[in-house]
Amino acid sequence: MQKTFTQLENFGHSLSAPAYLIKPASNEEIYSAFQLAKKMELTVTARGAGRSYNDAALTGGGIVLDMRGMNTITSWDKSTGLITAQPGTTLEQIWQKVEPDGWWPPVVSGTMKTTLGGCLSANIHGKNNFKMGPIGEHVVEFTAILPTGAQITCTPKKNADLFYSMISGLGMLGIFTSVTMQMKRIHSGLLTVDAFPVQNLHGQLSSLLDGAPNYDYIVGWMDCIASGKSLGRGQIHAARYLQEGEDPNPRETMQIKNQILPPRIFGVFPKSLLHYFMSPFMNNFGTWGINTAKYIVSLRKHTFRQSHAGFHFLLDYVPNWEFSYGRSGLIQYQSFIPKETAEAAWTEMLKLSHKYGLPSYLGVTKRHRPDKFLLTHAVDGFSLAMDFKVTDKNRMRLGAMLQEFDKIVLQAGGRFYFAKNSETSAETTKSFYGEETIAKFKKLKKRCDPNGLLESDLYRRIFGY
Amino acid sequence: MSDSPKPAQATPLNPRRRGIIIGASDGMGAALARKLAKEGFTLALLARRKDKLNELCAEINSSANETRALSYVHDVINYDEIPTLLNKIIADLGGLDLVVFMAGVNFPPGLTSYNFEGDRKMIEVNLIGAMAWLTPVSEMFQNAKAGQIVGISSVAGDRGRIGNPGYNTSKAALSTYLEALRNRLTRHGVNVLTVKPGFVKTEMLKAAQGATPFAVTPEKVADDIYKAMLKRKQLIYTASIWRWIMLLIQHIPSVIFRRMSF
Repeated sequence: MQKTFTQLENFGHSLSAPAYLIKPASNEEIYSAFQLAKKMELTVTARGAGRSYNDAALTGGGIVLDMRGMNTITSWDKSTGLITAQPGTTLEQIWQKVEPDGWWPPVVSGTMKTTLGGCLSANIHGKNNFKMGPIGEHVVEFTAILPTGAQITCTPKKNADLFYSMISGLGMLGIFTSVTMQMKRIHSGLLTVDAFPVQNLHGQLSSLLDGAPNYDYIVGWMDCIASGKSLGRGQIHAARYLQEGEDPNPRETMQIKNQILPPRIFGVFPKSLLHYFMSPFMNNFGTWGINTAKYIVSLRKHTFRQSHAGFHFLLDYVPNWEFSYGRSGLIQYQSFIPKETAEAAWTEMLKLSHKYGLPSYLGVTKRHRPDKFLLTHAVDGFSLAMDFKVTDKNRMRLGAMLQEFDKIVLQAGGRFYFAKNSETSAETTKSFYGEETIAKFKKLKKRCDPNGLLESDLYRRIFGY
Repeated sequence: MSDSPKPAQATPLNPRRRGIIIGASDGMGAALARKLAKEGFTLALLARRKDKLNELCAEINSSANETRALSYVHDVINYDEIPTLLNKIIADLGGLDLVVFMAGVNFPPGLTSYNFEGDRKMIEVNLIGAMAWLTPVSEMFQNAKAGQIVGISSVAGDRGRIGNPGYNTSKAALSTYLEALRNRLTRHGVNVLTVKPGFVKTEMLKAAQGATPFAVTPEKVADDIYKAMLKRKQLIYTASIWRWIMLLIQHIPSVIFRRMSF
């Protein structure tokens, strides 16, 4: 088994840590990596596509298992919609496998590059979280290998405690080796999308709240620079599946070639170069211009049909868009706040970001509902994800601002999501998970990983030492 | 490792530069440790003397009000323990950006006598110690395509003189070794800085015979090293006047040089 010392980064290029990289191809190789770690007294963490905005897939000076070598779809039953795949399989592989047969993954992230292992570890949600819950609710069964070498099978009934804790468990209890999921039946490769503007934060949140029951997906874009009466203005995209018969030619629209995002704009300009042209706008003034223009365009309320891939994988429209944020990269701050307190909390946070002169360049809102996974990030409310550019000059102030944000979110009864937030402290984590949950998780960890081999930089940061 | 709590996790808004100083307990090593810690580095400090090392760590950590220095008792001639220790240190620090090889001993034999034991010791520490450390470090930095190596050589390596053949040899070889590493590693994005101090007001200076012109404090050396690191320089003399002095000395013809008493 080859191990290479490599400098690894988070998604967003704002953090890096070196590690011995091992690419296992089988369960046995995962186990021998654990044995090696024990011998070398190093920690281990699994890494999928490396799409986390934080330190979830880094362990400085330890051993990182690059799971992308285990990416086979082992079975697909197009009559039941059950798919079984190895943990390094990406959502891209999955939807491309199932869609031509009339199915779609029930929950997807904003990028299709993520792996199943990563999706389950963070228990990702999509724009339909209010309806379909997180991805874990669609897992029928998974197998995993624990650092002890034990191979386990979990379903919502069998080993239920591990089922509900390994999914959402940030990869700290064991390594997924196979995942079986139920896909969702679709009758067209297209969605009907309603796009309409919202004038302010109140409009934004009430549209999400009132709109959600009528749609399958709902998501809001927020212009985080707008202030005063327009604070929190933006645009809502709400989509629903087409019913049987609405699409005259579903076989055609469900073909992969009618789904994939074109690599060129107008068939000419390669999108892979686009991030160079975005970078000059990545400052307060440039983004103000872009946001204002975008808002004005969004004032036209309209309805259109869009492919599933086009609607969901917004982050894949511009390849390497994260490079446009410059040398020090970007961070994302996502908070989940109950519906009763969200408006007041985010009003305060948006105003604070203006006061600091550090507005978010991209804000995205969603509607959520609670779930029963142990390390859940969901609430009966909303989430707001904000992207911030990091520079050598703004680090200190941005850090101070986010600490104030944390307090506001905690006070509002909110939570955080560890595929995203990179600055949350152990103290903050304790206060929203609650000591009982953490104790329960640590007890499970002791059982699955008695030698404490699985440890990411994220784990050390949020659960202390 | 010392008992101090682990250093804080690096985050995008609180990035950490992490370094190892081999030979950190006093003199230039301690001064550089204080300087780098003040600049925000998290450091692993290595030396033979446990008490001095712990004292230095305690001082650095209390003035920074957080853990910025961890201590590891180590003698560089224990070559075999180095790869394991290096892995442990990187895991403790959470990463590695800088390695400073500072360890050095000096046993002047006297102008007319000879001392193989002393010479051997100087080669074992000053040269082979450096090779033992910088070999695994270079390999890692080469793979990571990042990193910085600082080697403390000496003006004494620029010419073989009558006073201390073994020391001259150890430092000349170290300078050449560092140059070779530089030529290997620059293309992989790794910077190798050779530092050639002249006289520095340390314990070692007391062993030097005769006059000690242009002697500088260890703090001055530390400042010079830090500045050179930031600029990713290849070679510095400290005090800088030694560059010109040594240029001159290097060009003294042997016919004269071998008759000189210096």
